[in-house]
Amino acid sequence: MTTMTLAKALNAGLRKAMEADDKVVIMGEDVGTLGGVFRITDGLQKDFGDARVIDTPLAESGIVGTAVGLAMRGYRPVVEIQFDGFVYPAYDQIVCQVAKLHFRSLGRVRIPMVIRIPFGGGIGAVEHHSESPEAQFVHTPGLKVVACSNPADGYAMIQQAIHADDPVVFLEPKRLYHSAKADVDESAPAAPLWQSRVVRPGSDATLVAYGPTVSTCLDAATVAAEEGRSLEVIDLRTLSPLDLVPVHESVRRTGRLVVVHEAHVTLGLGAEIAARVTEECFHSLEAPVLRVGGFDTPYPPARIEEAFLPDLDRVLDAVDRTFGF
Amino acid sequence: MTDPVFGPAPERVPDPELVQLLTPEGERVHHPGFDVDFTADELCGFYRDMVLVRRLDIEATALQRHGELGLWAQLLGQEAAQIGAGRALAPQDFVFPTYREHGVAWCRGVDPVRLLALFRGVDQGSWDPAEHNFGLYTIVIGAQTLHATGYAMGVQRDGLVGTGEPERDTAVVAHFGDGASSQGDVNEAFVFAASFNAPVVFFCQNNQWAISEPFERQSRIPLYRRAHGFGFPGIRVDGNDVLATYAVTKAALQRAREGQGPILIEAYTYRMGAHTTTDDPTRYRLSDDVEHWKLKDPIARLEVYLRRNGLADDAFLADVAAQADALGERMRRECHALPDPSPHDLWDLVHAEKTAELAAQQAEYDAHAASFEEVSS
Ligand SMILES: Cc1ncc(C[n+]2csc(CCOP(=O)(O)OP(=O)(O)O)c2C)c(N)n1
Ligand SMILES: [Mg+2]
Repeated sequence: MTTMTLAKALNAGLRKAMEADDKVVIMGEDVGTLGGVFRITDGLQKDFGDARVIDTPLAESGIVGTAVGLAMRGYRPVVEIQFDGFVYPAYDQIVCQVAKLHFRSLGRVRIPMVIRIPFGGGIGAVEHHSESPEAQFVHTPGLKVVACSNPADGYAMIQQAIHADDPVVFLEPKRLYHSAKADVDESAPAAPLWQSRVVRPGSDATLVAYGPTVSTCLDAATVAAEEGRSLEVIDLRTLSPLDLVPVHESVRRTGRLVVVHEAHVTLGLGAEIAARVTEECFHSLEAPVLRVGGFDTPYPPARIEEAFLPDLDRVLDAVDRTFGF
Repeated sequence: MTDPVFGPAPERVPDPELVQLLTPEGERVHHPGFDVDFTADELCGFYRDMVLVRRLDIEATALQRHGELGLWAQLLGQEAAQIGAGRALAPQDFVFPTYREHGVAWCRGVDPVRLLALFRGVDQGSWDPAEHNFGLYTIVIGAQTLHATGYAMGVQRDGLVGTGEPERDTAVVAHFGDGASSQGDVNEAFVFAASFNAPVVFFCQNNQWAISEPFERQSRIPLYRRAHGFGFPGIRVDGNDVLATYAVTKAALQRAREGQGPILIEAYTYRMGAHTTTDDPTRYRLSDDVEHWKLKDPIARLEVYLRRNGLADDAFLADVAAQADALGERMRRECHALPDPSPHDLWDLVHAEKTAELAAQQAEYDAHAASFEEVSS
């Protein structure tokens, strides 16, 4: 058992995966000597060499496109996109190639690639450094998408994603990288990657979140408890495929659901979850499924990002509204 | 005198590939292609610009350290490249910057406080591009090179190339860095500019670093030679020499305005500071390297030249220093006074024609915000 930050946990997970399989290679901008702008790959080039931890030329399409070729040659590339807003130059490679090669090749070609993306806001950054592009990838058949929310999951999930034979977009809540420390039990058996998890049981209403908003929802549940309301919090962990079994089970008990993410509300994950929960739990619902998310505007300048991001008040406000129906 | 055994002393004789008009020691040298004379006023103007822009940069860095800015991208060491490129412009020329072109912004009359506002997180660029003929800062590296090319194609279609009238003929400048040169967008911009013979000058500040990656990661050949493969000329200029940068850019712009098409200028310089205020360059580069480039400082060499030739006296230098102090003081004062934006305005900025959907979301936000005001009052 070691206490570590999310950044350290991801670093340890990457190291473990590289030790376990010498086909694992890391590629990206500044991932070598610098160890990445967030230090997630800190020390890896020193220990595994520059053939396995590759500082690439500055071109995201080039990074992902060459990673496709490496994957076809039997490697397991772990690609770092420096910030969420810089994944778009690689979007074509991800959507048209990475996502479709297995399908197009009648299953003969596998692309066991992990595309790591630090995502979400709250770090006071300039434009393009605080975005939540997950829905674009969830909407793309052929990709799997996961988001970690804490050090223990970061450590385990990155190894599982690397081990998976399908391409995985791996989202890391950058605002939590160096904040919350938690115990990571390196020898504990990991939960399956494709499962969501109840992180706080409750009985009055259900909150569903992933990545950075899990901690927001846990805080909201703590405050609600003081006011006598019991909220269940579910961390999705996997966004594609979605594992809504625990969500359905929860909503059947609580009858109320609020989905919370930083991404724009329109056609965000909340929309899909609301649709599926309505189909599965229609007769249990006491209120419409509500969504709390980023506004349908571009991400705002840093001085007012707190207004854009779902916070305790907006989450509790939505919970209140579900009781108003 | 050239040493017969060891060859010429490197600092004295410029790199044959490098256009230089003022050596790091402040000696005026001549280049056959750029036989330009400068007036005392022009030289003193360059000096003033560079000193003021360096102060702007230092002041902004200090403001970031004091928590007044979220971030700052320093230009330290690149003053000559930017002032040379900026002062070579005609008023009608249009510039597409990266996020580090504070010196060019200065030449285009953009108030430094507008730059502070962006890095403070108050806005994402509040100057009017059309008013200054200076586009907004672009953070996605390389994207603006395509915009510059398209803008130049527009200029071409407007018949403002090759008219022979100096007030009308127009060129466009695309700024980018050595790292950005690897992006697909930049290479596509080269292809488009060449294919349409667009009046665009690609101005690459090769400051040797893309965050932690040295230039060698991006290219095996000097950058300016890339242009040849795309079918247009490229040239390397000493980016720490404001005279050479000015002369080369001026000639390139003129060529573009005349309708001779694109050109690539590689301004060979060095990023003396960190990539941005969040970066720690000691993790990836040697201080020896930085010390070596300190000897090539763009401002020091011009000061030596001005003094040695009696073009600037103590009174002039003191006056410039006083202007720098005043600029610094004004930046601090006005930075503190920058108002935060109102979240209410976000929905007004999304489209030219606001949709009913967004208006509804805005009203919902306003009601939510008002509920807090009621509670707190
Ligand atoms: C498409 C894209 N990828 C990554 C980044 C992150 N990033 C910002 S600046 C930078 C380095 C750019 O280096 P260079 O082009 O040499 O310009 P310099 O910063 O040296 O002026 C990187 C990787 C970005 N802004 N845009
Ligand atoms: Mg550079």
